[in-house]
Amino acid sequence: MGIPVKISDLYGKIYRGIREIRGSLVVLDPIPGVVFDEIIRIRAPDGIDRLGRVIEVSRDYVIAQVFGDESGLQHDSIVKFTGSTFEIPVSPDVVGRMFNGRFEPIDGLPKISSKDTRDINGFPINPRAREYPNDFIQTGISAIDGMLSLVRGQKLPIFSESGLPHNRVAAQIARQATILGEEESFALVFAAMGLKHDEASYFISQFRESGAIDRSVVILNLADDPAIERLITPRIALTIAEYLAFELDYHVLAILTDMTNYCEALREISAAREEVPGRGGYPGYMYSDLATIYERAGIVRGKKGSLTQMPILTMPGGDKRHPIPDLTGYITEGQIILSKDLHSRGIYPPINVLPSLSRLMRSGIGPGKTRDDHKELSDQLYDAYSRGVKARDLARIVGEMGLSDRERLFLKFADLFERRFINQGEYENRTIEETLDIGWEVLSVLPPEELTRVRESTIEKYYYKAKAAYEGIQK
Amino acid sequence: MRQGEIVKVSGTVVFGRGIPDIEVGEVVEIGEDRLIGEVIRVFEEDFAAQVYEPTSGLRVGDPVFGTGKKLVAELGPGLLMNIFDGIGRPLEDLIKLSGPFISRGIKAYMLPRDIKWEFKPTVEAGIEVGPGDIVGEVKETEYLVHKIMIPPNMSGVLKEIYEGEFKIEEPIGVVEVNGEEKNLYMYHEWPVKIARPVQPGGRLPLTTPLITGQRVIDVLFPVAKGGAACIPGGFGTGKTVTLHQLAKWSDTDVVVYIGCGERGNEMAEVLTEFPELQDPRSGRPLMERTVLIANTSNMPVSAREASVYIGITIAEYYRDMGYDVSLMADSTSRWAEAIREISGRLGEMPVERGFPAYLPDKIAEFYERAGRVKVLGRPERIGSVTVVGAVSPPGGDFNEPVTTHTLRFTGVFWALDADLAYSRHFPSIHWLKSYSLYAEAIIGGYVEKAVENNPRLKDVWPNVKEEYPSYRVEAMNILTNASEVESIAKIIGEKALPDDQRLLLLTNELIKEGLLRQNAFDPVDSYSEPERSILILKAIIDFHRLAEKLVRENVPIDRIIESPIVSRIKRAKLDERKFDAIVDLLNEIREALSSIAEEYRVSISF
Ligand SMILES: Nc1ncnc2c1ncn2[C@@H]1O[C@H](COP(=O)(O)OP(=O)(O)OP(=O)(O)O)[C@@H](O)[C@H]1O
Ligand SMILES: Nc1ncnc2c1ncn2[C@@H]1O[C@H](COP(=O)(O)OP(=O)(O)OP(=O)(O)O)[C@@H](O)[C@H]1O
Ligand SMILES: [Mg+2]
Ligand SMILES: [Mg+2]
Repeated sequence: MGIPVKISDLYGKIYRGIREIRGSLVVLDPIPGVVFDEIIRIRAPDGIDRLGRVIEVSRDYVIAQVFGDESGLQHDSIVKFTGSTFEIPVSPDVVGRMFNGRFEPIDGLPKISSKDTRDINGFPINPRAREYPNDFIQTGISAIDGMLSLVRGQKLPIFSESGLPHNRVAAQIARQATILGEEESFALVFAAMGLKHDEASYFISQFRESGAIDRSVVILNLADDPAIERLITPRIALTIAEYLAFELDYHVLAILTDMTNYCEALREISAAREEVPGRGGYPGYMYSDLATIYERAGIVRGKKGSLTQMPILTMPGGDKRHPIPDLTGYITEGQIILSKDLHSRGIYPPINVLPSLSRLMRSGIGPGKTRDDHKELSDQLYDAYSRGVKARDLARIVGEMGLSDRERLFLKFADLFERRFINQGEYENRTIEETLDIGWEVLSVLPPEELTRVRESTIEKYYYKAKAAYEGIQK
Repeated sequence: MRQGEIVKVSGTVVFGRGIPDIEVGEVVEIGEDRLIGEVIRVFEEDFAAQVYEPTSGLRVGDPVFGTGKKLVAELGPGLLMNIFDGIGRPLEDLIKLSGPFISRGIKAYMLPRDIKWEFKPTVEAGIEVGPGDIVGEVKETEYLVHKIMIPPNMSGVLKEIYEGEFKIEEPIGVVEVNGEEKNLYMYHEWPVKIARPVQPGGRLPLTTPLITGQRVIDVLFPVAKGGAACIPGGFGTGKTVTLHQLAKWSDTDVVVYIGCGERGNEMAEVLTEFPELQDPRSGRPLMERTVLIANTSNMPVSAREASVYIGITIAEYYRDMGYDVSLMADSTSRWAEAIREISGRLGEMPVERGFPAYLPDKIAEFYERAGRVKVLGRPERIGSVTVVGAVSPPGGDFNEPVTTHTLRFTGVFWALDADLAYSRHFPSIHWLKSYSLYAEAIIGGYVEKAVENNPRLKDVWPNVKEEYPSYRVEAMNILTNASEVESIAKIIGEKALPDDQRLLLLTNELIKEGLLRQNAFDPVDSYSEPERSILILKAIIDFHRLAEKLVRENVPIDRIIESPIVSRIKRAKLDERKFDAIVDLLNEIREALSSIAEEYRVSISF
């Protein structure tokens, strides 16, 4: 798929000859001055130009990883060394643009031309320079706002399975997750790794519809694009995201999908290098590698913008302990887990809140941010719902009649919680007040003595009112 | 400096050649940017170094410089309230030098050079001094007096000692060592991979509890001062929050907190919270007793190993002053994985899940640096280092090398449970899977501490010292028996159980809710004073014993379950009146159950 480049475009050292081609790895002769991690271009006799990266240098050989399609590569190819790591030009003009996974425009507009370039690997944020995120983002989705609140600068992934509506959920979040009154400073960075064409066009039409497209940067590596290129796609996206957030003061939401395809590309390259395979064949350094992506979210002291990340991944076999979700969960600040069970029962969004988590929630909620009862209410909802789910499991064995009165009550609560609180329309944008009020409404089917995770004063303030209203509706 | 050249670059490992006398452990500077690395293997001709900074841009033929030094920590005033990266560079200095993102090849001293410290000698010139002898003091923070000691490798005659304000590079005295006069400074360097010496035979038995204010720990699985504990758990099960709680509330003099391969925001959280939070004992901001080390997951992998050693060396240094120090390492798995990655790049033979054969030795060496000891020097003093390490097992499965080897070298196992975490039962320390080998030896000390804190405990519970151990055991028994009953209830339903078994389930729930569950973010509940924790245990066990009598007299269990006292017991820990609220609760329990007894005309003795 690479674009042909005229030889005169090639600068730097040029060599002819590849010693060995091992899948997406090529072994070259030891050329003096080759720089570890530098970017190379390889032109095979087919005239196609491919990008590569030097991953090992020694006195006896140089190993490089090729991002493009390796078929067609021959011993007799031309290799050009650029002497620099992978850099992209940045300028405010990137906003509203669309690129492929190598940062070449695919919207018919010219390349970004700027002297200002950035290494796509970025540099780690100094932990001392981080500001602890604590601004609540209202997504309009009750399961998230009420139970898994997202804050600016957080990295909160969606763990899904194939066949579940993660794209719709992500698009709904992207549509609704602006902070009121601050729409102007909001920007969206969308990176697709191995996405199918229809999925990509779904997202783009969603961004068009909501008008977000003018404040978006879209980077697409599609299912039929070279797999190895997926290793650079998210890094390009995050380099742009960091530029927008920390140099141009935007509040950036970066959606990275599907990280599973990214990890598979990583496994492929590791296998080609004949490294000792780790769990599931993924390399032992996958944790650190993923961290260099996810940790690029955050807020930096003294900067106005922020970078919030929402990676999406499909769990192979629906298994949360699979290395991809497992290592992701160890790095990100929580996870939103979609459930087949809820989906098959017609609940949208099918978010299973129990194994889901937002670690930064508590800093973003409470009086002055959302509401004084938010923390206690969500604690109580978690507690009651987990009891209800336990009762439901039990009822599958002993039948509902075998449950105690108390268990039956919690079961009723769980059903109501799913149907009324979790379930909502794809275009329904609930305010945080609405979300919390619905929370109290569903809790009001339980007697006040059961609400041991809320203070008595909080019960006084919210419970009885909600109960009266709920009973009114029932009549 | 000796100079050689690069022959190969493989990720974070660089191979060099041309310095024949290079040693394992020697610090090297690599390339034009002079990246910092450490020699880890010496072969016939070449040597391998792990590099503590990103290696992109290096070339075959670039220079490598041998510094002749090992990786050292600078030990002296200025460590507290500071935050360092994995190789001991102050992060604040790195911001000054390269902005909010960390670039390469930046050099910075560990200790501040420009601060003047007020040094007060505590000895007079003319005496003989040896390793560890205290010669003076510096008030490092409002909270802590930093003792200036003779370095472990120095002894001689103290010829001069000065008083006044000094920077750390200005001498505070002169020691004559074998006829040669040497300046004495407020700081010295120590190679981080070598444990600091203590008195020969100076290891002491572990008899004092570390009071953490976390009930499930203090009551069920306590850790001793000088002990080692591990806390394994899958992602999101509460390792970091627990370590933060220990760092905040433990009754220790100094805290060293190592973020090793974890999140940047978690360090930012500590940095925002600790200066605001007060130590419950001294009333001073917690930051004044804290040293932070941050090598986050996106920072270079090889520095993870260094971060752990720098941390433990700082901990030993404060121990040597005679202080009780706690060290938290989050997460030791990332450190072990760094060892695995380097070993892989060296082409070593993996033995277990890719880890090299020497993994257990490394883990053992680290935890062995914990302990309660008689330290070197005069005056005689005792110090301790307590080590708590988080472990992040892949897939949350404890049957993996880092967890299993860590268990061999630690005395306390806090097993975090994903199901508890999903139902938001925190801390999710599982009561049936966890253990403490120190408990027997230290629970007496826990009660003593409680009585000392609040003598009224003895008024409310005169035999607390004698009876507490049996209450503890009874709670454990109830939890164990209830779990068996629960598995039966899962098949036949709770309703079908006999009343005495349902009471067991009820008490089980009270122990879980009222005692073990503790919200780290609730102002009243975050720290539970020993006297409050002990009395909550008493309330629940008293309730159980009385209710058992009622059930035996055929009072229906539903009558007891319905009683409002049940939710009172669950909620009492949240009551702002703290200890007093539990005292009242004890009475309420008696009243509630005796009125039920009256109702059913049974007589039970209270
Ligand atoms: N470098 C690594 N990183 C992560 N996981 C690894 C690594 N190496 C091995 N593993 C995991 O450990 C599993 C077992 O590896 P290995 O065969 O080396 O262990 P073992 O102790 O010899 O097991 P067995 O006794 O079953 O052969 C591998 O399938 C893989 O899942
Ligand atoms: N004692 C506690 N009280 C209240 N909430 C808690 C407590 N412990 C843990 N939590 C909740 O659990 C979440 C996850 O805890 P934590 O970050 O400590 O997990 P972890 O085991 O360190 O995970 P990881 O391995 O991914 O770092 C916290 O954000 C918090 O919401
Ligand atoms: Mg953690
Ligand atoms: Mg094997």
